[in-house]
Amino acid sequence: MAAISREEVAHLARLSRLAVTEEELDRFAGQLDVILQSVARVGEVAAEDIPPTSHSVPLTNVYRDDVPQPSLTQDAALSGAPDAYEGRFRVPRILDEEE
Amino acid sequence: MSDLTRKTAVELRALLDAKEVSAVEVATAHLDRIAAVDGQVHAFLHVDREGALAAAKRVDAGEITGPLAGVPIAVKDVVTTKGIPTTAASKILEGWKPPYDATIVERLKKAGMPILGKTNMDEFAMGSSTEYSAYGPTNNPWDLGRIPGGSGGGSAAALAAYEAPLAIGTDTGGSIRQPGAVTGTVGAKPTYGGTSRYGLIAFSSSLDTPGPCARTVEDTALLHAAIAGHDPRDSTSIAQPVPDVVAAARLGLRGDLTGVKLGIVKEFTGEGSEPGVLAAFKESLEALVKLGAEVVEVSCPNFQYALPAYYLIAPSECSSNLARFDGVRYGLRAGDDGDRSLEEVMSLTREAGFGPEVKRRIIIGTYALSSGYYDAYYGQAQKVRTLITRDFEAAFEKVDVLVSPTTPFVAFPFGSRTSDPYQMYLADLFTIPTNLYGGPAISVPCGLSEGLPVGFQIMAPTMADDRMYRVAGALESAIGTFTPPAL
Repeated sequence: MAAISREEVAHLARLSRLAVTEEELDRFAGQLDVILQSVARVGEVAAEDIPPTSHSVPLTNVYRDDVPQPSLTQDAALSGAPDAYEGRFRVPRILDEEE
Repeated sequence: MSDLTRKTAVELRALLDAKEVSAVEVATAHLDRIAAVDGQVHAFLHVDREGALAAAKRVDAGEITGPLAGVPIAVKDVVTTKGIPTTAASKILEGWKPPYDATIVERLKKAGMPILGKTNMDEFAMGSSTEYSAYGPTNNPWDLGRIPGGSGGGSAAALAAYEAPLAIGTDTGGSIRQPGAVTGTVGAKPTYGGTSRYGLIAFSSSLDTPGPCARTVEDTALLHAAIAGHDPRDSTSIAQPVPDVVAAARLGLRGDLTGVKLGIVKEFTGEGSEPGVLAAFKESLEALVKLGAEVVEVSCPNFQYALPAYYLIAPSECSSNLARFDGVRYGLRAGDDGDRSLEEVMSLTREAGFGPEVKRRIIIGTYALSSGYYDAYYGQAQKVRTLITRDFEAAFEKVDVLVSPTTPFVAFPFGSRTSDPYQMYLADLFTIPTNLYGGPAISVPCGLSEGLPVGFQIMAPTMADDRMYRVAGALESAIGTFTPPAL
């Protein structure tokens, strides 16, 4: 049985904000199925009582002194923007016309 | 003085100290070499001739001194360099000039090291061959029809082609060590947290580790010492002194390993590895025994789950990290016709800007993190990570270091593993356990199989990077270095 269907891949691509093509969906569905069936082997390990490791360095929170420091200038921060307007990032519309 | 490109960093410093050459001459020799051979190798995505020469002039003027001052370096394109294009080999960052330097780049500049340029890689460091670079692959100087490893194939190939004496790589699942192995060069992944991730374009934040690449163990150690150490701008950076890797490498080069215990992992059976790789590994092990080392077999029963765990954890983290590429603040924006919504533009931008492997991993990560699958995939992989760490800790109670081949196969021909992505993942079989554990590991050339280099991997406990350098130095003293055919 396939671990993942073409429809699921399409749904995940939407969640991931990837406008994948039909051709990519066909290709990825098969490839992702092979990958997911291989990685599903982690399920073979009896690990119920084992704590998870998110990170190899045993740290919780790292704080620094709350001292103002120089940061990027506005020009530098906007230097890579695909579209800037009056010192701000210009974005496409975020609401539908009717909203 | 074109033979300057054949010198090690140590030799170049000696020539500079003796005032036999200038830093400008050294930089020029390497820039000329790049101009002459990079058309064949394609190790570089960007060459910064002016910047490199300006840095060299400052060294010649006596403004900067130090153990690597005037020694040029190549930097993997996933590391930000202020004002110098940084793309992570992705179309989504084409032409981007970062407004800041990574901490390790700041340290290179303070050390007086001219930055020759930015090296090719698999897009966002996802891959084992550089075939996933959006700008075309790098060719292995040993055989231009074969892969140079990945993701840091450009940095490794630049060393093997004598375009640079030193290079920076990043290692998330083997991206420094595997390219080192297949190009006959040295590559070290420091302890996670031992080198700063600030300014590294994030792929998998709990695994990403920048590190040094060179043609000799001593050069690698010198570069390691130059970039390592605590950085307050990286909250996972370890606030402890850096182990003395240079002294350890030099100690090892004296060729005495009396009392050192090398562990071989029972579960690394060699199944799926090429016979020539196993033969070179075995011969190297015998050479180390002759230097006084003792070989002990240890069991690490959970290593067999490292590859599956990694290919859940890394894509999960990448799916989150790469959300920043949204076509708003920097990089590509596609499909913005004034009518489409932000969400549509974002989806079209990411579709146009990311290559196939990046898309696959984002989708897998999104899957593994989604409700209903989280516990079975990501959660379970994190538990396996704990078990792998325990395997390492138990092994290091019995032995000083673990050793293995770096990668199961020598440089493979282009196109031979791209149709089945999982076949590509197998290149990382031996390198991945260390990343999940967080300890350091190094790959050292140890022989040839059918004329192509084989790498020997040494894995050490967390913050015991010096141990692996000692063994690496000893191996180099016994086996020597390897020179590819002339280009």
